[in-house]
Amino acid sequence: MTETIDTSTPLGRPIKRKEDAKLLHGRTNWTDNIQLPGTLHMAILRSPYAHAKITKLDVTPALSRPNVIAAYGADELGDLNGSIPCVWPVVDDIVMPDFPSLAKGVVRHVGDCVAVVLATDPVHAADALEAIEVDYEPLPAVVNMQDAIKGGTLVHEDAANNVCYNYPFATGENYDDVKAKADVVVTRQWANQRLIPAFMEPRSVVAAPMGMSDEMTVWSSTQIPHVLRVLMALVTGIPENNLRIIAPDVGGGFGGKLQLYREEVLVTQLARKLGRPVKWTETRSEDMVATHHGRDHIQTIEIAATKDGKILGLKVHLLADMGAYLQIITPGIPILGMFMYPAIYKMDAYDFHCTGVFTNKTPTDAYRGAGRPEATYAIERIVDELAAELDMDPMELRKKNWIKHEEFPFTTVAGLTYDTGNYEAATAKALDLFGMDELRAEQKRRRESGDTVQLGIGISTFTEMCGLAPSRTLGALKYVAGGWEHATIRMLPTGKVELVTGTSPHGQGHETAWSQIASSILGIPVEDIEVVHSDTGRAPYGMDTYGSRSLAVGGQAIKKAAENLIEKARIIAAHQLECSPGDLEFVGGEFKVKGDPEKAQAIGAVAFEAFTAHNLPDGVEPTLQGEATVDPEDFSYPHGTHLAAMEVDTETGKVTLRKYVAVDDVGNQVNPMIVEGQVHGGLAQGIGQALYEGAFYDEDGLPLNANLSTYLIPAAPDLPSFITDRTTTPSTTHPLGTKGVGEAGAIASTPAIINGIVDALRPMGVTDVAMPATPMTVWKTIQSANQAAKGGQA
Amino acid sequence: MIPAAFDYTRATTVDEALTALASSDDAKILGGGQSLLPVLRQRLNAPELIVDCSAIDEIKGIDAGGDKVTIGAGATHHAVMNDPAVKASVELLAQATETVADPQIRHRGTLGGSLAHADPRADQPPVALALDAEFTIAGPSGKRTVPASEFFIGPFETAVGEDELLVSVAFPKYDGWGSHYEKFNRTAQAWSIVGIAAAVRMDGGKIAEARIGLTNVGGTPVRATAVEQALVGASSMAEIAAAAERASDGIEPFADEDADVEFRKHLARVLTKRAVAKAAGIE
Repeated sequence: MTETIDTSTPLGRPIKRKEDAKLLHGRTNWTDNIQLPGTLHMAILRSPYAHAKITKLDVTPALSRPNVIAAYGADELGDLNGSIPCVWPVVDDIVMPDFPSLAKGVVRHVGDCVAVVLATDPVHAADALEAIEVDYEPLPAVVNMQDAIKGGTLVHEDAANNVCYNYPFATGENYDDVKAKADVVVTRQWANQRLIPAFMEPRSVVAAPMGMSDEMTVWSSTQIPHVLRVLMALVTGIPENNLRIIAPDVGGGFGGKLQLYREEVLVTQLARKLGRPVKWTETRSEDMVATHHGRDHIQTIEIAATKDGKILGLKVHLLADMGAYLQIITPGIPILGMFMYPAIYKMDAYDFHCTGVFTNKTPTDAYRGAGRPEATYAIERIVDELAAELDMDPMELRKKNWIKHEEFPFTTVAGLTYDTGNYEAATAKALDLFGMDELRAEQKRRRESGDTVQLGIGISTFTEMCGLAPSRTLGALKYVAGGWEHATIRMLPTGKVELVTGTSPHGQGHETAWSQIASSILGIPVEDIEVVHSDTGRAPYGMDTYGSRSLAVGGQAIKKAAENLIEKARIIAAHQLECSPGDLEFVGGEFKVKGDPEKAQAIGAVAFEAFTAHNLPDGVEPTLQGEATVDPEDFSYPHGTHLAAMEVDTETGKVTLRKYVAVDDVGNQVNPMIVEGQVHGGLAQGIGQALYEGAFYDEDGLPLNANLSTYLIPAAPDLPSFITDRTTTPSTTHPLGTKGVGEAGAIASTPAIINGIVDALRPMGVTDVAMPATPMTVWKTIQSANQAAKGGQA
Repeated sequence: MIPAAFDYTRATTVDEALTALASSDDAKILGGGQSLLPVLRQRLNAPELIVDCSAIDEIKGIDAGGDKVTIGAGATHHAVMNDPAVKASVELLAQATETVADPQIRHRGTLGGSLAHADPRADQPPVALALDAEFTIAGPSGKRTVPASEFFIGPFETAVGEDELLVSVAFPKYDGWGSHYEKFNRTAQAWSIVGIAAAVRMDGGKIAEARIGLTNVGGTPVRATAVEQALVGASSMAEIAAAAERASDGIEPFADEDADVEFRKHLARVLTKRAVAKAAGIE
């Protein structure tokens, strides 16, 4: 992409990331690199069954294995067997089963924790697991949600029909009344399949009692050190003030490390009990079954419209797979999606219902987009189906129904108020980059010649809600925490800056971007600003990083903290320069007396005055720092238009993504290069869902592809060079005019891909292709359509 | 995961390797480690002894003297696919090897290791089968040779005995033949769902002789002899397509998440048509 760069401020410039030299040279501090004297290494015996009674568990034989210090099952662990809390009980009558760290008598998914061994090295800990004597009595497994809700086998005895909760939500006019007025009603059912986050750095945790103090330090590969501290205190009873949580370098998360995991609790409890450091690092095989999964919704969606293409109403009924237990925000994920089904479209009625269902599978929770990709997939797919039903161009149908740029702010039928947006501008730019007319002409030629390779064009005009979130809104949704963010900016006596943030990066580039924001306000060079984060000892306040919130919310706190710092500095500078604060202007890092530019004081000099405190005005405290804790006014609403050209080999079912255009509107950009990286990575993950990924189980609940040779993740050779660009419609509810970009690509791209495949095959009678669209799935879909066509002729 | 404990010895000659193999009832040979290490780490196997053969220089060479190209079992994929003699005289092997995994793996993994591991999904075994390669196996009583048609016995099972070491594979020279390896997989680094190794000798615009090997349509690589015979004399796409219909004759593919039996048979036919057409230069 090309754009004009303003070099007068670091804001908006694609400067190279501060973080990268360290990463590229391998000078990283992963949790597993932490080596403390006397560390015990934990290994976990996990259930090989989806559902079974534990009829015998004897850990004592493991104790006689070399280097083994301790071994525990649930009985031996006793009171230390802490239960994982769910902090998002979406309805009052939700069923929240006990989720102990080690299973108590029954295992409920493959990978469920049964027992642990601690040894002085990881090798002997792993070996000793084989000595544990355990017998299981297999029980029927609940695998399929549609079967689960009929009753029979229960995952938890107190969840009748395996239902965790029912969540009805109807807004606008009565849907059935609106439907009665419709000329066309299109109904579809889609499986938004289960995905595995598969971050690059496996989970790892070290807990250590700190010498003679009461402090327990926990290093964990987590997205949420601050939230983890609160939850860990509640679960373990360790006083919160004695807990220090550090997220060292963290190699990816995608929501998968937005969690309090049982392994984190076990390591911490056992470090306390044994009085020594305890460490656990998962293997990839463990990760695939024990890290929470994402998605796994069955979506029944119905859209009602007039014959000229005006959308009247939308009805969405979901079955959402919770898995075997509730992790911290498992029930809330589909509810985040609930707000986004109406997306960018104006309509009169919306009827939503979600049933959360327990199954004998790994628990689900947040995964890049968390509810919003599922919603976006469903609405963008059904709009294409409606267009086909009406014989309208799918882009024309979208244009007819979307919120026009002059209509913002606009309150949607779901109740959200979108502050700004310009769908027309993003779409115009995307169409220009895509070459739609030429591709449609090629599509026509291939159709007419009956080419083996057919061409399809997929559209996704998405929006999403991110920047979680106004605390009052979260409260109304029964989420038990707030959505604010904190920043402290300290000017050190030597003129350097410490910027303390409550966000917790794991690959995003916060150290660079936050320095750019502070630099643009303070006039201090980017390289003189150190960003302090992810350590509750050094950065005590924060709500961490997820939901594309760090810039949208954390960025506001940094801006305000910097402004607060300048206001204090202004008073000190005025005193030094013998003028009133109002006579000063702050430009380029200097306070200058208006009308007398010779009289000036650099902010670094002010910091030194604040440090010596020899000559401060009365009532002004020494030291120079600014703080701010900001609760966002609203969510932010990035949007964009994504277009995909899909080639489908009708003979083999193989699909090739030939061209992908993504025009995103994420508001003002702090660092366009980082935005570009987020878009690319997000696209790869969204395309991964469409074409490659999916965690599948057999009828006994055993995972069929829980390793990276069969759970396929696209890599560079599998993807084209993305064509990306941006439009800029600044947010009016966020002081920097920024929105959020962490999840946009993953949310937008999945329906674009599937819409493109269906578009390619629609003349053959194909109206849907299941995800992931593997060659066999596509080929069988074509075969079925051919059979149906033959049947029709006969 | 962490492998179970094992003893380890590193051989620098074939004789040392054979001595080490004879010292244990439960030994495994380590070549480039690209097949064995995942097995050990997942604890699918826990041998008592690992005999590391990666430092045996005498089995790494490629010799094109005479009427054969003889490739040491320890030659890496990278060495094989870039060797001028292989490219000139056994082009199909170079083409198939280029599709193996990724550059890092191709620099570590060895041709001999892949053939001796005999994973049904591996890309080179059907090449060796179709091209009538000859395997030289060293054992306690000396060396013996086994033709490709007798080498592959079942999934992960070959003619190499517990106390033996595959030392080299000799390919007849196919100078002037056209060839193509058609790999069908879901991502660039994934295993073949089906692969087709095709080599043809053209004479006057017609196929005079054809050799076809199929990957991953059964427990061992499969030679598509019915297709080979039907291709003789073919000079058009229609004739190639008709011959390729016989690619699924007699095969007994298994089903997995990527392909059921019906789809694998279908792929065998379609991909054979495409591979032969490309090998023959016929569109």
